[in-house]
Amino acid sequence: MDWQCSLPGGGMAEEMALVFDKRREHRLLVLPAMFDEANKMRRQTVEVMRRLDLSGIDSFLPDLAGCNESLQPLDTQTIENWRAAALAAATQFKATHVLSIRSGCLLAPPALPGWRYAPTTGAKTLRSLLRARTIAARENGQTENIKDLSTIAHTQGIVLAGWPIGAALFTALELAVANADSQQTIIEQSDIGSAGLWLRAEPGEDPEQADMLAALIAMGMLQA
Amino acid sequence: MTIEPAKEPVVAREEALNGHPHRCEKGAPPLDNKGPAPSRSATDAQLRAILRDVLALDASQVEGFDGETGLFGHLPELDSMAVASLFTEMEDRLDIIIEDDDVDGEMLETYGGLLAFAEGKTIASDGPN
Repeated sequence: MDWQCSLPGGGMAEEMALVFDKRREHRLLVLPAMFDEANKMRRQTVEVMRRLDLSGIDSFLPDLAGCNESLQPLDTQTIENWRAAALAAATQFKATHVLSIRSGCLLAPPALPGWRYAPTTGAKTLRSLLRARTIAARENGQTENIKDLSTIAHTQGIVLAGWPIGAALFTALELAVANADSQQTIIEQSDIGSAGLWLRAEPGEDPEQADMLAALIAMGMLQA
Repeated sequence: MTIEPAKEPVVAREEALNGHPHRCEKGAPPLDNKGPAPSRSATDAQLRAILRDVLALDASQVEGFDGETGLFGHLPELDSMAVASLFTEMEDRLDIIIEDDDVDGEMLETYGGLLAFAEGKTIASDGPN
């Protein structure tokens, strides 16, 4: 279904969302991982939503502007407009809780109760992307280093692993951490068992991990 | 037919794997500095867990790694994207920073080389500066 997503500079645009909506009482906003981890985690994220649906919980996975099916350019997006968009999505879908995943935790509206699954910082997200680029460059016989690339990215923006990241987004991500005021519970990968699927080379799914994550969330929402 | 004697680096790597504490890594402070160094077996276990998780290998396969087990260029799972993930996880779980200059063919060539690198880094980051 469609929803109205906040844009940089204040406008709104229609974006898509994958939803399991039966107008039930328990409603979970899902904020996915960003960039390459978004691809690797998407199947698993939807697997968790399917399980929550069977447990009587509605869930909503919105495309933020510049991400997934969005027609907006990625390189003009900012942390601020993504955070505003996450809040707008929470309001439009009447979310009672939020599940944020990996770098998606940086965007979670602090007032909503919920969970942060394997949260990471913006700096670590960027470092991993920068490193992938320097290693790829080395394989092509070029020399790039993380420090120089960061300096360029601050003023001109940069393409990392195929993702065009604008200077404003890069600079904000370097400092971005999850909102410290939120009461959201952290779920570490060790609580789920096995290895995080974002580490894999290809997108995948793991039914046992999906069962575990969905069970933790369902117990929290249905017993509240 | 002659049998070549073991070369120096092989011995050094096997000592690292067997937990002999008398080898000092490049860039690490001398081991008689005050401040506890993490035990070698702890870093070894963490590094095996990281390789298992990042490369989606069987636990038994990773347990069987020795100092001479080939990594980059030998394990098909370890491509350049996996190397990036591997370093990110090593930084995260071992609480170290891996600089661009640290990365050379030798550190990724064998398990022993990678372990020696990781141990040097963990000692350096825990020791007094």
